[in-house]
Amino acid sequence: MFEQSQMERKAAARIDEARRQIEICNACRYCEGYCSVFPAIMRQRSFADADVTQFANLCHNCRGCYYACQYTEPHEFDLNLPGILAEVRTESWERFAWPSPLARLFQRSGTALAVALMLGFAVLFWAAQTLRPESGEGFYAVMSHGLMVSVFMPAFLLPLLALFVSLRRYWRHVGGQGVGRSQIRQALSRAAYMKDLSGGQGQGCNFEDEDRFSNARRYAHQAVVWGVFMCFGSTISGTIMHYVFDWPAPYGLLSLPKLLGVPGGLLLTAGCLELARLKLKAEPALGARRVWAGEMGFVLLLGFVSLSGLLLYASAGTAAVAVLLPLHLGAVLTFFLLMPYTKMAHGFFRLAALIKDAAGN
Amino acid sequence: MSYPDIVVAGGGNAALCAAITAAEAGKRVLMLEAAPKPYRGGNSRHTRNFRCMHDGPLSVLTGTYGEDEYYNDLLLVTKGNTDERLARMAIRGSQESQPWMEAHGVRFQPSLSGTLSLSRTNAFFLGGGKALVNAYYRTAEALGVEVLYEAPVTHIELDRDRITRVDFTHGGARHSLSPPAVVAASGGFQGNIERLVEAWGPEAENFLIRGTPYNRGDVLFNLLGQGVQSIGDPTQCHAVAIDGRAPKFDGGIVTRLDCVPFSVVVNKHGDRFYNEGEDVWPKRYAIWGRLVAAEPEQVAYSIIDSKSKDLFMPSVFPPVTADTIPELAGKLGLDPQKLARTIGTFNASCRPGTFHPTELDGLATEGLTPPKTNWARPITEPPFYGYSLRPGVTFTYLGFKVDETAQVQGADGPVENLWAAGETMAGSILGQGYLAGFGMTIGTVFGRIAGREAARYV
Repeated sequence: MFEQSQMERKAAARIDEARRQIEICNACRYCEGYCSVFPAIMRQRSFADADVTQFANLCHNCRGCYYACQYTEPHEFDLNLPGILAEVRTESWERFAWPSPLARLFQRSGTALAVALMLGFAVLFWAAQTLRPESGEGFYAVMSHGLMVSVFMPAFLLPLLALFVSLRRYWRHVGGQGVGRSQIRQALSRAAYMKDLSGGQGQGCNFEDEDRFSNARRYAHQAVVWGVFMCFGSTISGTIMHYVFDWPAPYGLLSLPKLLGVPGGLLLTAGCLELARLKLKAEPALGARRVWAGEMGFVLLLGFVSLSGLLLYASAGTAAVAVLLPLHLGAVLTFFLLMPYTKMAHGFFRLAALIKDAAGN
Repeated sequence: MSYPDIVVAGGGNAALCAAITAAEAGKRVLMLEAAPKPYRGGNSRHTRNFRCMHDGPLSVLTGTYGEDEYYNDLLLVTKGNTDERLARMAIRGSQESQPWMEAHGVRFQPSLSGTLSLSRTNAFFLGGGKALVNAYYRTAEALGVEVLYEAPVTHIELDRDRITRVDFTHGGARHSLSPPAVVAASGGFQGNIERLVEAWGPEAENFLIRGTPYNRGDVLFNLLGQGVQSIGDPTQCHAVAIDGRAPKFDGGIVTRLDCVPFSVVVNKHGDRFYNEGEDVWPKRYAIWGRLVAAEPEQVAYSIIDSKSKDLFMPSVFPPVTADTIPELAGKLGLDPQKLARTIGTFNASCRPGTFHPTELDGLATEGLTPPKTNWARPITEPPFYGYSLRPGVTFTYLGFKVDETAQVQGADGPVENLWAAGETMAGSILGQGYLAGFGMTIGTVFGRIAGREAARYV
């Protein structure tokens, strides 16, 4: 009980600090050309907690405003807007997530993620050993299709449900109204082009080398997003082929699941490696320090999902499949189940924030 | 440390333009910046735009802004206190400098919100002046310019018509160099309170300095002391009225207060002392620094009611708020009865009429001394808000006298190997008053000239 209220006090203090900084930004306005956050700030003169939470979720942590700021430390105003908004943002995901202790654990701890991964692997490995099918081709010789579906269907749907609940809480908190089609279109377009990592004029972020502008992070992030979509598309197309056309795996290289899955996996792996490399070079104080390890763990987990998938495909027909399949599926299982409680949640919250913001334009 | 061809004293816009130009001409350049890295860039880091002549649409600038219109704008603010040849050089040079700036890393954007009046004449820097400074440092370093931070120049030895030695400190040690050429681009002296006190009297102790504390004028006074010719009134500085709660130094843009035209301004005795509605904001913005400086303890209070709260740019600190005028007076440290009387007299002299916040609306007081000739609405609707005002010094006018090649003039003609650029010579052109974005124009144009001439000499 005491711990809970102390945490709430800390969260409230962070929002107050963000508000202090935002009020200074609103009197300055030099950064209005960088991203969506500043025009949103400038539409108002006073800022409720919910406004601060919305700005925090609009911020993509490109850090352009930090390096352009006259008031960063050692100045007495001590502005670090990307840093404080990152703190408020991750805190908001933890607060809106259900159950929130899980979010606190996995947002922050790379170790917890690794342990979850091991568990996922162990469960799948145990299942593969004890429920080994009598017959089956390719992967299904190691694990039956029925078993995969009965594990992954709920593992996919339950987190989506949890995310839906969190997003609804967020939407209510920030005072979101009914959503129009043009609003969605605007938000999707901003997200698709990663406009808020463009620096406003396409020069990119100040992420990995102080005030040098670079699109490395934006492009790596694009590789990850499109990689995820392609891998997801690969799974969907496989499912459709299985159920609708009665055409079970394995599929050849020129089939839809492979045409999407192989380049998607390559993009995702390369994107995750690059994001991890950039994160190592970036100044930690301009992000959410408390969740650095959890974010890094998540990027590596996502990279491992795609890498193990690619390896699995490369080792088709060899004995390695018996180990690689549970390894890959274990990673996928962990990734799905922890979606609402890891950095993965950011995609959903950012989109919601962009949709909300589009209403004000 | 290598042996440079050219030493540039300073680290702001003018110094950077000079260093980049000289480095592009193949010279080895050393920049000596007095400030530590986070505060590099002098006053340039607080700027936000560049006043630019253009015969047609140019980058983010629309329409045209011709040489004569530009020069007339300058004449209006300086009341003729300018050197026409140098002024026209700066004006003409701005058009050609704009693409040069973009080519060297500066990004522009259309005018910021709240500054629409400048959209034709001024090109705004994306991210403001510090972003410009950062871009120039990147460009300079890529060209091989060596930069030392926390390296204030302590003495420049003038031997007849030549600079023979530059002394500076760095890393706790004294250093001396004898470079073939020197560029002085180290700003004015507004960061030097003792010098301001000498020029203004003890009131200057109460001034706030809007920009960097590192513009102390050490290079300026050092060379003037050796007989170099000066220009500009040594007793004058440009000051505006800013939020009285602003930091002593480096408060920059956020400390401005745009509430004066919609308010009643009183001094610490609760008396009005000037027509708050004289002219359109920000045209009359600049005079209030001087007005407040002339009042007791160099402080004043701007009082508005809830009708006017959202008519001006948000302030960096929230206003002092109260439900009655006497209560507000108490919170501001003023005599409650006196303030209530002043506001009451003012309110009684207001006349009905149509209020227009963005133009001279002629809504004037009647029978009040001093009058308020526009925007005079009674202060009646609680809550009431108060801001304290203090003079905020932006820059000083004293500088080096230079010729068209930015060469510094000694007692008996030009100093052979010394050039000056930026605020340290801007008094030649902007002898009085202030023109938004013109300091950056002078710095850019004369910085490039100084760099070119110094490189040509070496």
